[in-house]
Amino acid sequence: MSRRLPTGGSRIDRSRPVTITVDGVEVAAYHGDTVASALLAADRPLLSRGIYSGRPRGVMGVGVEDACAYVQVLSGGGEPMVAATTLEVHDGLAVERIAGRGRLPAGDDTTRYDTLYGHAEIAVVGGGLAGLRAAVAAAEDADGARVLILDDGPALGGAAADLPADSAAGRELRDLLTRLDGLEGVTVLTRTTVTGSHGHGRLVALEQRPHGVAKRRLHHVQAVGVVLATGSHERPLVFADNDRPGVMLACAAADYVTRYAVLPGERAVVWTAHDAGLHAAVELADAGTEIVAVLDVRETMAGPLAAALAGRGIALHLGAEVTGTDGSDDESGRLIRVHTTVGSFDVDLLAISGGANPAVELFSHPGGRTRWSDEVAGFVPDVPAPGQVGREVVVGAAAGDQDVVPGWRETLQPPATVFRADAGDPELVFLDPHRDATLADLRRAHAAGLSSVEHVKRFTTIGTGADQGRGFGVLAVGVLAQELGRPIEEVGTTTYRPPYVPLSFALLAGRNRGELSDPVRVSQAHDRVAHAPMEDVGQWKRPWYFPRSTADGLEDLDASVAREVRAVRTGVGMMDASTLGKILLQGADVGVLLDRVYTNLFSTLKVGKVRYGVMCGPDGMVVDDGTTARLSGTDWLMTTTTGNAAAVLDTLEEWHQTEWPGLDIALTSVTDQWAVVAVAGPRSRDVVATLAPQHDWSAEAFGFMDWREAPVAGIPARVLRISFSGELAFELHVPSWYAAALWDAVEEAGAPHGITPYGTETMHVLRAEKGFPIVGQDTDGTVTPHDLGMSWAVSRKKTDFIGMRSLARADARRPDRRQLVGLVPLDGSSRIVEGAQLVAHGADLTAFPVAMAGHVTSAYPSGHDGRPFALALLDGGRDRVGEVLDAVDDLVPLAVRVTGPVSYDEQGARRDG
Amino acid sequence: MLRIPCPHCGERDATEFHYGAAAGVDYPTDPAALTDGEWAAYLFVRANPRGWFRERWFHAAGCRLWFHVERHTVTDQVRTVREGAA
Ligand SMILES: [Zn+2]
Repeated sequence: MSRRLPTGGSRIDRSRPVTITVDGVEVAAYHGDTVASALLAADRPLLSRGIYSGRPRGVMGVGVEDACAYVQVLSGGGEPMVAATTLEVHDGLAVERIAGRGRLPAGDDTTRYDTLYGHAEIAVVGGGLAGLRAAVAAAEDADGARVLILDDGPALGGAAADLPADSAAGRELRDLLTRLDGLEGVTVLTRTTVTGSHGHGRLVALEQRPHGVAKRRLHHVQAVGVVLATGSHERPLVFADNDRPGVMLACAAADYVTRYAVLPGERAVVWTAHDAGLHAAVELADAGTEIVAVLDVRETMAGPLAAALAGRGIALHLGAEVTGTDGSDDESGRLIRVHTTVGSFDVDLLAISGGANPAVELFSHPGGRTRWSDEVAGFVPDVPAPGQVGREVVVGAAAGDQDVVPGWRETLQPPATVFRADAGDPELVFLDPHRDATLADLRRAHAAGLSSVEHVKRFTTIGTGADQGRGFGVLAVGVLAQELGRPIEEVGTTTYRPPYVPLSFALLAGRNRGELSDPVRVSQAHDRVAHAPMEDVGQWKRPWYFPRSTADGLEDLDASVAREVRAVRTGVGMMDASTLGKILLQGADVGVLLDRVYTNLFSTLKVGKVRYGVMCGPDGMVVDDGTTARLSGTDWLMTTTTGNAAAVLDTLEEWHQTEWPGLDIALTSVTDQWAVVAVAGPRSRDVVATLAPQHDWSAEAFGFMDWREAPVAGIPARVLRISFSGELAFELHVPSWYAAALWDAVEEAGAPHGITPYGTETMHVLRAEKGFPIVGQDTDGTVTPHDLGMSWAVSRKKTDFIGMRSLARADARRPDRRQLVGLVPLDGSSRIVEGAQLVAHGADLTAFPVAMAGHVTSAYPSGHDGRPFALALLDGGRDRVGEVLDAVDDLVPLAVRVTGPVSYDEQGARRDG
Repeated sequence: MLRIPCPHCGERDATEFHYGAAAGVDYPTDPAALTDGEWAAYLFVRANPRGWFRERWFHAAGCRLWFHVERHTVTDQVRTVREGAA
């Protein structure tokens, strides 16, 4: 049986039939229908079941105020828990009814979601009469404000769109829409629900695009002024068995007729506490529903609405109430009988209306406070938060204005406030159908001593469902107030927080997923090294190692690194070091700044020289290290660790701008402007000499920590003699667009020497053998330069540097501080695990707590001698060389011997080749 | 979303900025002359008022200026700007 009326339906297009599938059964619908309207039209009122009780539930509302009709979307990427009252149909849509909770689809959500950013002088939330009046006024103003209207319906008009076109409201709506059409600078977003008002004029909105490429869009809107014209939500009434399919909000029932030409019931009882319910009764009667009784809790009634009911022969029972309902025995459990104080009625629809809740959620998000209004019989905006004053205004029904619809107020009978707390079996009086929470739950909370509405909410879960209390929240507050014997204005509402309607994580992520979740940075020579497995270093992709094909297949990490290490130690290797952070410091006072930010002395550095430096925070703990070259009297080039470049630049800016603005300094990031290839190993000088034969590269002519400008393979370059491996090494810096050419030239020049490309893993092994720490790996923000054994890099001559005062504290000088040491396995072959805890050798690991003496910070399976080794931070480590400890990983101990941090070429004899 | 008024660029989203904590905490002229307690107070001890609070912001993803803002720690209102200094 179809409940679709032969004519009407403002939102449906009968020329465009649509077929959807519900629980595998096809349901006929029209373009513009929602899943809820389509199922009501098909006379299938059962939409869901209680999450715990399994009780049959139907559709109560027509929009976001519905508190139970959620479905699982199966088509497309699939989606758990979508409101059937706002989900528009389209061909191929397949849904499944659920009991209170959806299932996360197993696969990836391949649906496309977009994020947009918008700016407006005035953002109007809600496109009903009140919102449109404000929008037109702002846009027609002499200054012609840029106006953005956001409305959650498929078309503008709000409640006025459901009123007759020839009514005063219908005529005004037409006039406003016509004027709006002719205005420049007005943007309209329909099907767009503002989900959060985040203060300072920031709104976040969800746009549904059932027929679009991107199914949803998230809008971030920044407005100067915000008009909240969010209207109101109809409030239910409570009684026993108030949750059956067939119990519906009265105005929602009438809206199904007007919008979708669906008759929600054949025979109905209407129970109301205010005039809107009476209007709905008249509309339903005129559409063909037999209204067997109208009950109004109010004792007196006069005016045209009473006359309209009488004229249609509808009995109006004043001071009457519903006491319970019966349902059918079949699977649908649908309403078959209503019990009232004036008798029982066999009906299939009970339309209820307890009044209107002004939609104050968005007003409340940034801190606006509400108050109870007896006149409105609802909570209305009261005191805006300071940040809302002069920026946000609430208008229309959301503000409690009862005069939005022209002519409405003249005949208005005052609404009644009804929150019955004695409405039959409390286990059957549902105060949050989505959470299956009842009046009995609320009484249990009260009996447990809870009286704050926030505590009761958490105890009972009332208002925590997907509708966030939009349906039953205020009603539950009223019932609680009665239980407590306190006025509702004292009890107040719970705090409204964003999002107003559910937002999926996939929507929030938008297109920033997978490869696009974070920007990827690659060196300008990337295509020369892209065949190597990559390691993520911050946002950079760096070659990790360069496996070769062998008879046994492609080398694994360990084999490749062992070969690469051997090449650098005995021949020559090359690596792309372009990702090093590079900062150009210019000005007369750069030396002064460097003396303050580095622990050692820099102002004495001569042009043509490079110096290594350590940076500390004011607390004396190491924050970065690197080298700085003096390019000229005024220009200096600083290198930082790859992942730390932006932070170091920020720190330098901060000290310069906030403490020493008088210094003549300019700072520029040049990380991306210069490509770097490091050539390392005893044969590296031969390679550089081939590339730049016009210069003398001997140790005498070009010493350790020298730099010079020299064309390399015809490319203008800076050559630095610095080493991160302990071997003779050169860094070749060229403008970055020459990166690939430089890489090719070094490869060619090195070919006779068997030059071997190496990656970050080999670099780490080489530096670890030399005891060079990596800031952030071997340090953790609690490590001083002294702890690293780098007292040589800490000036005692300077009067101050950042961190100096902290290093003078007694604690920084404690001999038992955690210090950098080396470790080797006692058996000479077992691999030490990074992150392992260091404990006394033979310690009982079951006797908690086990005293921890330190931890392994870096560990490698083999160094130059093919044996495993590690770096660690160990309490008083420098005095414990030779001691045996256990390195414990996952409760498995490994005996290790403490060594000094330097395990290769301790005398530094190899750096000159 | 907090909107921060940069003296150079105007009002922008807070996500473009780095927060720099309390303003007016000058680096001591002679740290060596301070007791450990005085030095610790400079490093770690800050007021945490309920109400208006003068703080530093850095337009990191913009003009890279450090500047002062007064922010109400309860309402997140933001007012008056003064360039530079600690
Ligand atoms: Zn700026």
